[in-house]
Amino acid sequence: MQLPAKNKTCVIVGASHAGANCAMELRKQGWEGAIVLMDADENLPYHRPPLSKAYLSLAEGGELNPLFAAERYEEENITLALGITVTGADATTKTLELSNGTSLKYDALVLATGASAFVPPITGISNSKNVQVLRSSKDALAIQAGFKNAKNKNVVVIGGGYIGLETAASLQKLGGQVTILEREERILTRVAPMELAHFFQELHSKNGVTVKTAVSAKKITQTEAGLLVLGTDENVYEADLVLIGVGVRPNVALAEQLGVALENGIKVNEHLQTSVPQIYAIGDVAQFHHPTYNRWMRLESVQNAVDQAKVVAANITGIPTTYNALPWFWSDQFHIKLQMVGLSHGYTDLVIRTEQEKEDCFSIWYFKDDSLLAVDAVNNGKAFVLGTKFIKNNTVVDKEKLADASIPFKPNILIKSTTNVDKS
Amino acid sequence: MAKITYITKEGESLVFEASSGSLMELAVKNKVPGIDGDCGGVCSCATCHVHVAPAYYEKLEAPSEIEADMLEFDDNVNEYSRLCCQIPVSDAVDGITVEVAN
Ligand SMILES: Cc1cc2nc3c(=O)[nH]c(=O)nc-3n(C[C@H](O)[C@H](O)[C@H](O)COP(=O)(O)OP(=O)(O)OC[C@H]3O[C@@H](n4cnc5c(N)ncnc54)[C@H](O)[C@@H]3O)c2cc1C
Ligand code: FES
Repeated sequence: MQLPAKNKTCVIVGASHAGANCAMELRKQGWEGAIVLMDADENLPYHRPPLSKAYLSLAEGGELNPLFAAERYEEENITLALGITVTGADATTKTLELSNGTSLKYDALVLATGASAFVPPITGISNSKNVQVLRSSKDALAIQAGFKNAKNKNVVVIGGGYIGLETAASLQKLGGQVTILEREERILTRVAPMELAHFFQELHSKNGVTVKTAVSAKKITQTEAGLLVLGTDENVYEADLVLIGVGVRPNVALAEQLGVALENGIKVNEHLQTSVPQIYAIGDVAQFHHPTYNRWMRLESVQNAVDQAKVVAANITGIPTTYNALPWFWSDQFHIKLQMVGLSHGYTDLVIRTEQEKEDCFSIWYFKDDSLLAVDAVNNGKAFVLGTKFIKNNTVVDKEKLADASIPFKPNILIKSTTNVDKS
Repeated sequence: MAKITYITKEGESLVFEASSGSLMELAVKNKVPGIDGDCGGVCSCATCHVHVAPAYYEKLEAPSEIEADMLEFDDNVNEYSRLCCQIPVSDAVDGITVEVAN
């Protein structure tokens, strides 16, 4: 028997960028049933990016930046269930078990469970205090407190990815002595090309951060004075605080219980549906096939969380919609704003354009033959906005003119033609 | 308390009052269509583009370099364009009118 739409309940597990936006979008798209938005975190859902940036640049306190004001949830008739963990789930009875001992039925279920910071099995790590990851507001508070109480302000960051680098920048600015240990030959291996990684490594060095590449942490020892981190280079790094930033693992425990197909996250189709009817997955946890790039991926970005929230809301409401959004991302470190659009995977050549009048202002343009795949813009909002337009419109860019910084950066000068090119 | 008027793409005037935050935050709080504020107000997304009424545009502090750069090639840019996450709510903007750009 079909229930009238009004009597249906959509439960969203995870009230962060993906889940909270999904709840709002469901209403916007006309979902008339109940919406229950749940999270283990007690805080009103908040923006995560500032946690490693503006928030951590304050010596103490600071307010979380809410995704939506509390009144908005009331106005939209969204039941916010915060501080409650979903501990069990059964797809045949469509029931969730909650940490407060109650259970909850759903008609549609959105898994927006995100990801958790991965803690590598370094010897001694579990016996050490002041070893932190950074994913939630609780983590950020613990880092703030650990840093405030640190005697020598020595910080070791394990992992030179974006979160590690941003944390390093924030704590160095606060007067810390930060050392980054990166296992690979260079920082940002997974997420940025050589040229960009090199720039960020220099940036950190210039600002007093010690960057050690090709060094992993072998062992952490807790002493009375603090922590000693033994590197694979046999050096011992003293630390009051250790930040682990070596990537995340998608939170799939519930999905596993529900029996949905998994593969580095929760596998979803173009409508963001899992292998089990009425169960959807969005955000950091979702493994999807991107039609434009023609490959499977899991993206960890605000853009992906927000855009997938919109698409899933449409599908749940009965408006079939396919996910095919253009990825974009940003990172702020010291005085540098990095903005990235597109995905550079599979590029055949790149153009680096360095603006002449401004310091630290350049952009990297990735092409697959004539097709523009991605742009990384450093302190260069113009390149980010124009690159976004060019990619969206399949514009063929004049690479020679682009590479010549004496030629003005203007669309009419840089455009060769607008055609349909295949990015896959 | 400052009174802020948003004019939507459909030409509807929406008036709200606030004493803190940014014009983007006030707009998101009140569901002003066309203002999403995806990046949380750090000049990274341009989903908060507005045209400020000329009389008020002059009164605002000039946009930062990154804001001006983000606007230069954005759709529907004009000489009164601003990213409204960069406009703090204060008595100085009491009575301001902004038009949603996208
Ligand atoms: C420090 C930091 C800085 C970042 N900076 C940027 C940036 O500059 N730009 C950018 O684009 N992206 C950035 N990101 C990435 C971005 O924040 C993530 O991509 C985004 O948060 C993903 O949203 P999500 O809702 O999918 O998952 P998450 O934000 O991980 O949220 C998942 C939520 O689900 C809850 N949950 C999980 N399981 C359960 C359960 N069983 N019961 C109840 N609740 C549960 C969790 O408590 C959590 O709140 C940053 C991330 C971090 C941590
Ligand atoms: S909110 Fe992103 S630029 Fe204003």
